[in-house]
Amino acid sequence: MLVPKPVEPDGDGGFLLRLSAGERELLRTLPGELRALLGSERDDPGLRRLFPPAYERDEEGEAEYRGLMADELLEGRRAALRLVQETAGRDRLTAEELDAWLRALNDLRLVLGTRLDVTEETYETELDPEHPQAHELSLYAYLSWLQEQLVAAAAGEL
Amino acid sequence: MTGVASAPAELETERADEREDEERDRPWIVVVWNDPVNLMSYVTFVLQKLFGYSREKATKLMLQVHNEGKAVVASGTREKAEHDVARLHAHGLWATLRQD
Repeated sequence: MLVPKPVEPDGDGGFLLRLSAGERELLRTLPGELRALLGSERDDPGLRRLFPPAYERDEEGEAEYRGLMADELLEGRRAALRLVQETAGRDRLTAEELDAWLRALNDLRLVLGTRLDVTEETYETELDPEHPQAHELSLYAYLSWLQEQLVAAAAGEL
Repeated sequence: MTGVASAPAELETERADEREDEERDRPWIVVVWNDPVNLMSYVTFVLQKLFGYSREKATKLMLQVHNEGKAVVASGTREKAEHDVARLHAHGLWATLRQD
């Protein structure tokens, strides 16, 4: 293979991480932006997508669910984002760290994808460099590609 | 209705209790809804990881979500269903629970 996979099982329960300096820099900064947004309590559609209702038509059940789970879900998201920032420079990840990467990257994609109002075809169509949101769309495409690679590596070890 | 004797009060109460039991015993179901962001491979992976499903079963459920808009991925008591929904939410999947 000419281009080595960005993430691969290391044969010892962990994973090898091969990313460029630019990618590592992006993964050190981008999760920090989402952490700031999580702490802002802004009414943002992307944030709403991270915390969907558990009950479709039961306000009481929903309030109870929020009361029980909201803090834990928020803290889990913060911890995973922080872990990506802290391990973005590494050459190896443990299975638990890879799992946090999967969740954090997916959260970044959920927020970005909601803002961009993506469809299921967005990831597959070619990026128009003249598009007013070309920068965000290319970020979304990169994160989607990396997520695919992480899932493939993790799924192979299930 | 005229001419029909009403049932004794204790019988009525028993029937009501049975109905309540049935109401309680009906399982709660966990539904995953389609969304344009979550990758098909990721949804399959999460279903395998959280519920211990085989790759085949998880793929079948993921395709049902993708093609039909939703799929029932688990069921059980209300507590279990709520716990499952929370785990799915932690992984960014759009999941809800309701009594079947």
